[in-house]
Amino acid sequence: MQKMPKLFYAFFTLPTIIAFLIAFLIPFLLGIYLSFTEFTTVTNSHWVGVGNYILAFSDDKNFLNAAIFTAKFAVVSIILINVFAFLLALLLTRKIKGTNGFRTVFFMPNLIGGIVLGYIWQLLINGVLIKFGVDITFSANYGFWGLVVLMNWQMVGYMMIIYIAGIQGIPTELIEAAKIDGANSWQTLRSIIIPMVMPAVTICTFLTVTNSFKLFDQNLALTAGAPGRASAMLALDIFNTFYGRVGSEGVGQAKAVMFFIIVGLIVMLQLLLTRKREVES
Amino acid sequence: MNTKNRTQDLILFIFLCILAILFLTPILLVLMNSFKGRFFISDTPFALPTTQTFSGIKNYVSGIAKTGFLPAFGYSLFITVFSVGAIVLFTSMTAWCITRVKSKLSTVIYFLMVFSMIVPFQMVMFTMSKMANIMHLDNPIGIIVIYLGFGAGLSVFIFSGFIKGIPHEIEEAATIDGCNPIQTFFLIVFPILKPISITVAILNTMWVWNDYLLPYLVIGNSYKTIPIAVQYLQGGYGSRDMGAMMAMLVLAIIPIVVFYLTSQKYIIKGVVAGAVKG
Repeated sequence: MQKMPKLFYAFFTLPTIIAFLIAFLIPFLLGIYLSFTEFTTVTNSHWVGVGNYILAFSDDKNFLNAAIFTAKFAVVSIILINVFAFLLALLLTRKIKGTNGFRTVFFMPNLIGGIVLGYIWQLLINGVLIKFGVDITFSANYGFWGLVVLMNWQMVGYMMIIYIAGIQGIPTELIEAAKIDGANSWQTLRSIIIPMVMPAVTICTFLTVTNSFKLFDQNLALTAGAPGRASAMLALDIFNTFYGRVGSEGVGQAKAVMFFIIVGLIVMLQLLLTRKREVES
Repeated sequence: MNTKNRTQDLILFIFLCILAILFLTPILLVLMNSFKGRFFISDTPFALPTTQTFSGIKNYVSGIAKTGFLPAFGYSLFITVFSVGAIVLFTSMTAWCITRVKSKLSTVIYFLMVFSMIVPFQMVMFTMSKMANIMHLDNPIGIIVIYLGFGAGLSVFIFSGFIKGIPHEIEEAATIDGCNPIQTFFLIVFPILKPISITVAILNTMWVWNDYLLPYLVIGNSYKTIPIAVQYLQGGYGSRDMGAMMAMLVLAIIPIVVFYLTSQKYIIKGVVAGAVKG
C-alpha cells in the first residue's frame, strides 16, 4: 500500500505522535535550550550561554568524579558479566539434566526492579561488612564492588540467555567436522564457538555498556552516592544537581545534555562496529 | 556415553546446583529476615530466626500500614496494565502505517522514534515532569500518555522490523475485498502481529512495573507505586524500620516471581527477540 487517505494516516499515527511530542520531543528540545539558561521553572529562564557547561566542571568535581566512576564501573562490568554469562551458557548447552531449571533460576534476578535489588544487596553486603565494623557507606570502593556484584547478579542470566541462543545457532556439522579433524575441546571453543557467537558478544557488550551508563535505581538504593557523593554515578549526579539545591537546574540540564552525548557516541560506535561486521559476513 | 563423561556431567550438575543456591541466597535471606524483629536484622542478617527474634507477620502488618502498600500495588497494577495495553495498541498501529505508507513523513516519524531510544531519561526528566504537570497528566491516568510517548521508540522499532517481513499480498487482498485500512489492520494485520505483540508487552511490562524515577517525578507526591513505596521506607539514614523494609521487599518480589513462573516461556523468548532487535 503506497497511499492511504490522510484521515486514516492520522488515525493510525496521531495517538502515538501526540504522546511522543508531550513525553519526549518537546521536553528534549526544551532541555537543550534550557541547558544554556539559568532557570528554576520552565518559564522563567534567561540566557547564560555555555556558562552552565563550565559550571558543571568548575563548581565542584562531582560530575567529573561520577564520569570516572561510571567509566570504570562500565569496563569492569562488561568484562565480568560477559565472561560469567558465556561460561554459564557453555555449561547449559551441554545437555546436562535440569538445564531448564538452572536457566530459570539464573535469569530470575533480571526481572526484579533496581530499587528492590539495591536494598536486597545492601542487607547482604552490610551483613558481611559489619563483622569488620564498617558498612557499605564507609568507602567508595565498597560501593563500587557492591554495584559490580549486584549488576552481575542481575545481568548474567539475561546475557546467558542471549549467548545460549548464539551457541545453539551454530550448525552441528561444523563442530562435528572439527572433531573428526581431531580438534580438542579447547580448539573447538577457540576456533569455532567463539568466532561464531561474535554477534551475540556485540549485542551483550552493547547492552552492558548502555545499562551500566544509565544505571540509576540500583545506585540510589545501594549507596545513594555515599560516602558523600563518592559512589554516585552520572545519572545520580545529574539527579542530585537538579533536585539537590534550588538554582542549579541549569547546571543539571547541561550535565544531562553531556550525558546524552556520551551515551549517543557509545551507541554510534556500536552501530558502526555492527555494520562493519555485517558487511564482512 | 562412557563413564568419564558421566562423572564429568555429575560434577557439573553439582556445581550448577551450588551456583543456583548461591543465586537464590539473597532472596531467601530477605525472606528469612522479614520474619525477624526489626532490631535483629541489620546486625545479624545471617542468623536464623529464634524464638526470641521471631516476630511472625508483624513486619508485614507495619510495613503495609507505613507505606500504603495496598494502594501502591493497585496503582502499579493499573498503570502497568493500561500503559502496556496502550503501547501495544497504538505503537503497532503507527508502526504498520509508517512501514506500509512510504513517504517523507513516515521516514521522519520512524527516525525520530528510533532516535528517542538512545536518549537517556535524565536528559528529559525535568522538562518532561514539568510538561506533565502543566498539562495535568500528573495522575495515574495521565501517566499512561507519558509511558506511551516514552515507550514508543523501542516498540515502534520492534513492530516495524516484524511488519517488514509480512507479505503485502494478504492486506492487498483485503483491500480489494472492500476493507478500509482500519478494518484491514484490526481484522487481518493485528492478529498476525500476536507473537511480536507479546514480546513488546513483556519488555514494556518489565520496564513500567519496575520503573522508579519517572513515576516518582510525575506522580510521586500524591500516588506511590511499589518502587516508590519501597524507597519511601528508606527515610533518613539509621531511622528506618528494617523489619518493614524486609517485608516490603518480599511483597515487591512476589508478583514478579508469579508473573515469571506463569509466563516464563514468553518472557525468555521476548527478551531474546528484544535484545537481538534492540
